[in-house]
Amino acid sequence: MNAPITAPTTEARQGDVVAPKNDKGWFYSDAVKEHFFRPKNFMKDEDEAAYGDAAMGMVGSPACGDAMKIWIKVDPATERILNLKWKTFGCGSAIASTSMMSVMATENDGMTLTEARQMKPQHIMERLGGLPARKVHCSVLGDKALRAAINDWYRKANQPEKIEVEVGRIIDKVLKITDHDIEEAVLDGADTLEKVQAKTKVGTGDPSCIPEVEQLIRFYKEKFFGAE
Amino acid sequence: MKPIYLDHAAATPLDPRVLSVMQPYFTEMAGNPGSFHTPGLRAKEAVTAARQTIAGILNVREDEIIFTSGGTESDNLALTGTVRAHAKAGKHVITSSVEHPAVLEVLQFLAKRGEVDLTIVPVDEYGTVNPSDVAKALRADTVLVSIMYANNEIGTIQPIADIGRAILKWRKEQSSVYPYFHTDACQATGVLDLDVEKLHVDLLTLNASKIYGPKGIGALYVRRALKIEALIRGGGQEKNLRSGTENVPGIVGLAEALRLVQLEKEVENARLTRLRDRLAEGLLTIPKTRLNGHPTDRLPNSVNVSFLDIEGEAAVLYLDAEGIYVSTGSACASLSLDPSHVILATGLSYEGAHGSMRFTLGHSTTMEDVERVISVMPGIVEKLRVMSPVNLDMKYFEHKNTL
Repeated sequence: MNAPITAPTTEARQGDVVAPKNDKGWFYSDAVKEHFFRPKNFMKDEDEAAYGDAAMGMVGSPACGDAMKIWIKVDPATERILNLKWKTFGCGSAIASTSMMSVMATENDGMTLTEARQMKPQHIMERLGGLPARKVHCSVLGDKALRAAINDWYRKANQPEKIEVEVGRIIDKVLKITDHDIEEAVLDGADTLEKVQAKTKVGTGDPSCIPEVEQLIRFYKEKFFGAE
Repeated sequence: MKPIYLDHAAATPLDPRVLSVMQPYFTEMAGNPGSFHTPGLRAKEAVTAARQTIAGILNVREDEIIFTSGGTESDNLALTGTVRAHAKAGKHVITSSVEHPAVLEVLQFLAKRGEVDLTIVPVDEYGTVNPSDVAKALRADTVLVSIMYANNEIGTIQPIADIGRAILKWRKEQSSVYPYFHTDACQATGVLDLDVEKLHVDLLTLNASKIYGPKGIGALYVRRALKIEALIRGGGQEKNLRSGTENVPGIVGLAEALRLVQLEKEVENARLTRLRDRLAEGLLTIPKTRLNGHPTDRLPNSVNVSFLDIEGEAAVLYLDAEGIYVSTGSACASLSLDPSHVILATGLSYEGAHGSMRFTLGHSTTMEDVERVISVMPGIVEKLRVMSPVNLDMKYFEHKNTL
């Protein structure tokens, strides 16, 4: 479950969707279509009043093409997510990703907030049967919005010590290099592992993180500069 | 339900009449026009006849028509070919901010290589180039001006003849042959007047695939006095400006397609204009919607609208599920992940550009189709708006760079 996706799933192949390399595939998988055409758990206007006090997280902006807002209701005793509602402004894969994330967070009695904080874009993509390479960036906002909502819940529950400020996720455990550092390096023009290492030394302390670094480089390159 | 294809600015189906004149040149008349035997001669005659047809429509001589693989190649040849052949006279080139990538990318590439000093003139809120902006940008070392005839995304028609006259005036004042004037007429080929003497252009790009002709064939008009440098060298075909065995069925198809659309354009334009205006009127009844491009000086088949608070690609996918096929200027639908440079160039906000959609009508479009789109669209916009956390003010439709 925690391993990054390195190859498209069979289902994704059938849907003519993913390929991690050089893929300009466009058509979505059946799972993406299902969540796009029949989105689960989105916040209907008439339900919004019932969530007036619920914890909320929002990321993105309409100017950059994606914006998401997430509301959660949490059982204070178990810290499991009972309900998750969302609204998304974005393309088909952004809507499908948020919908799938809402299912993942609430199925099987709901994730604990600790589990929910571990949810990564790759997990959502995996469940969607993959996304076209240039659509990967669409799936990253949902989990960010969820983490923001979790912080908001702890704030409202008067447990400020449990709020986790997003300083980035640590990738190189030895050198404490985060995904933000890699993002910055890519934005700065480093487009290969070598160039990112020249800027950050990532992976020299903890070589086991290199596959993940390479994936992040691909991801940020695509996010900021488009598909190759 | 009948599929409703409203993406004729992207590609048009082949007219069966065009297919039928092309067919023999795939099989029984498949000779090489360069061969000295009877089948070769037959092929050469077909190419010559096609050239005459096209030359007649453009009001030019037949040796001024160069066949290429399409609009993109014609643009590349016109721009790179002119710039390189006239490097001694200067390297300043003027173009507009709303050109097709086949022009903008080429000029920016040449600029990066130091072969071109590029001026990009802005457009107004409707996407129109002001001829006086072009005139003001002219310099002693300007060798080429390239402005499209009609825009592929928003349909705005440019005042090509006025720009042409401004260039003629400049040349007279300067006693110079420069600059030359190129126009990409790919979107205009089927609907506008292509007489180059009225347009005052020296180079004009044509394409068959937007006028119910085959893909993979285009032409470039090059005024006889203008020397350009070839991009593709080899056997010396097309006056040594475009080597490679002639695409005989394609050439025959281009000429027939062009002949038919030009012959029928008055009736068809009037029909399309009615459909276009009804579609625009119907879509604009949806709240928080605006028309992109010029309200009247636009292609008869093109409607581009922006819907606030939703993202164009999502709407395209919902329409696709209804059997309605359109395109979008949203970032998510582009390789660059940037929204349409054309819509941004008109001064519209990023928010407005992300929700833009293009409907381009064609031969197969009926009033029933238009009414069906008008009846389906509000529900799709509403569904996406209900899901959207965004509720923007109409000020996002205001223009920042209104002249």
